[in-house]
Amino acid sequence: MAGNINSAKNKGRWAAGVTPYEEMGYYNAEYEPKDTDILCAFRMVPQEGVGPIEAGAAVAGESSTATWTVVWTDRLTPYENYQAKCYRVDPVPGSDQYIAYIAYDLDLFEEGSIANLTSSIIGNVFGFKALRSLRLEDMRIPPHYAKTFQGPPHGIVMEREYLNKFGRPLLGATVKPKLGLSARNYGRVVYEALRGGLDFSKDDENINSQPFMRWRDRYLFCMEAVNRAMAATGEIKGHYLNVTAGTMEEMYERADFAKELGSVIVMIDLTIGYTAIQSMSKWARKNGVILHLHRAGHSTYTRQKTHGVSFRVIAKWMRLAGVDHLHAGTVVGKLEGDPYAVRGYYNTLRENKLQADPTQGLYFEQDWASLPATMPVASGGIHAGQMHQLLHYFGEDVVLQFGGGTVGHPDGIAEGATANRVAVEAMVQARNEGRDFLSDGPEILAKAARWSPALRKALEVWKDVSFDFQSTDVPDAVPTVTV
Amino acid sequence: MRITQGTFSFLPDFNEDEIRLQMKYCLDNGWPISIEHTDDPHPRNMYWEMWGLPMFDVKNLEVPLEELNNCRRAFPNHYIKLNGYDRTKGKQTTMLSFIAHRPKREPGFTLERTEGEDRQIRYTIRSKALVDE
Repeated sequence: MAGNINSAKNKGRWAAGVTPYEEMGYYNAEYEPKDTDILCAFRMVPQEGVGPIEAGAAVAGESSTATWTVVWTDRLTPYENYQAKCYRVDPVPGSDQYIAYIAYDLDLFEEGSIANLTSSIIGNVFGFKALRSLRLEDMRIPPHYAKTFQGPPHGIVMEREYLNKFGRPLLGATVKPKLGLSARNYGRVVYEALRGGLDFSKDDENINSQPFMRWRDRYLFCMEAVNRAMAATGEIKGHYLNVTAGTMEEMYERADFAKELGSVIVMIDLTIGYTAIQSMSKWARKNGVILHLHRAGHSTYTRQKTHGVSFRVIAKWMRLAGVDHLHAGTVVGKLEGDPYAVRGYYNTLRENKLQADPTQGLYFEQDWASLPATMPVASGGIHAGQMHQLLHYFGEDVVLQFGGGTVGHPDGIAEGATANRVAVEAMVQARNEGRDFLSDGPEILAKAARWSPALRKALEVWKDVSFDFQSTDVPDAVPTVTV
Repeated sequence: MRITQGTFSFLPDFNEDEIRLQMKYCLDNGWPISIEHTDDPHPRNMYWEMWGLPMFDVKNLEVPLEELNNCRRAFPNHYIKLNGYDRTKGKQTTMLSFIAHRPKREPGFTLERTEGEDRQIRYTIRSKALVDE
């Protein structure tokens, strides 16, 4: 800050005027974080002339108690307790960036409220002029705070037991084209995809209730398709009916109707906001309906490495807020996702306890204290020919979604679905038999394609399709390859 | 029709060697194997009849394989599935479950519709009876 800044050493801590944040208690290298503290790692690029310590202290200050000038009313409070403390600042080698570690006392946050948590931590500080850019890289949520949330209404275990599907990735497809189909045509795609072998079909994020297809009509046709497919296969099937709408009242109306029709799952978009997500989570738990969250809009703030909020933080917030499914990247598909960073997101959603791991971009340990797990969803530009890679990267607790990779099959949607199901089962069989399925993958698929014409066609059409672009968001630490 | 419940229903039926390899996978993971059978494979029939208890302390692959064959002999016209169970904290659920035996002819299901108000339809799925051949 330009102008009249006086060191507290000259004028005293409580003299009126502007004092550096680091001298007001917002930086404390000796501070040992308590088990109950919420910890944050921020990537910051300070403006020229602003030291990294002062920048870190400013972030701590502006995301907790501070304002730009000394206020005497601080002295009416045990302010030492409420001040966030920047306790460590590390330079990022070869860049103008620093990682600031900040500890927040548990009492700063309302129980069970993502809105309150985020209003504090990302509320004001990202527009702070003394920083050129700022990114929230990771957060440690202590069990004391995690336990104030109920998390996913069902979780992975309950979802599998409910659907009666074990031991393999679940398969889905987004109906394509995502806009413009009438309700009756739309239901046709759902029926074909489900009877062909998929477990789920899905509304896209922007299918809500448009002039070409109103929500109620879509729900009716989709449920006819779902029930027909269940009778044709003997399996439980679902279609993610998107209940996203302009108001909570409309969302509840749509969700209630979906439940009345017997849908096992409904869907919401990230764009509805954190509080609406928590409300829908409560609704889903009360009504026994699985809740799918499409992360619409997240790339506007998660993708750039120097400014915004990392997706691993969004993943933590969403597990707390309570969603059963969350899109978390494909690595091999059409959308952004470095393999190591994506592994970090998947682990964050699925594991109960994580150790810090810089190669995955995990700055802190994380203990979820038995909060149910969120099923990650891989969606966007994936196809049957990549099944060995998909199983390798994601394991089996994942929904693999092949939209184009199902609907685009030359022999029809059901054949496309069958190709994906044959591929996933053949790969799981090979994995369980102890084969090196990652390197033998193409051979395993080719062998199954000899008796499955659906898979053979799929492999022919998409065999060379890949999306090899450099990721913009990669962890700083590169894993050492050991041979 | 072919019912596609279970982990491997889209693959050709497993032969004994292939079943043995999946059993080995379960035992290598420390998952006890259990066998269940039914004449009602309705998608929401969660409780097939248990063929004995889960084989908790069995390490020898030949034991569950023999039990599977015993169950087959007793119920040649039932569906029989094989499950692997993981009791570890946070899992406490089935990890693998596949149909290891099917009736010769699978009759499938009928879908009944009851028309309600405002174009709403109530759906009921009924298993067609398995007929001994």
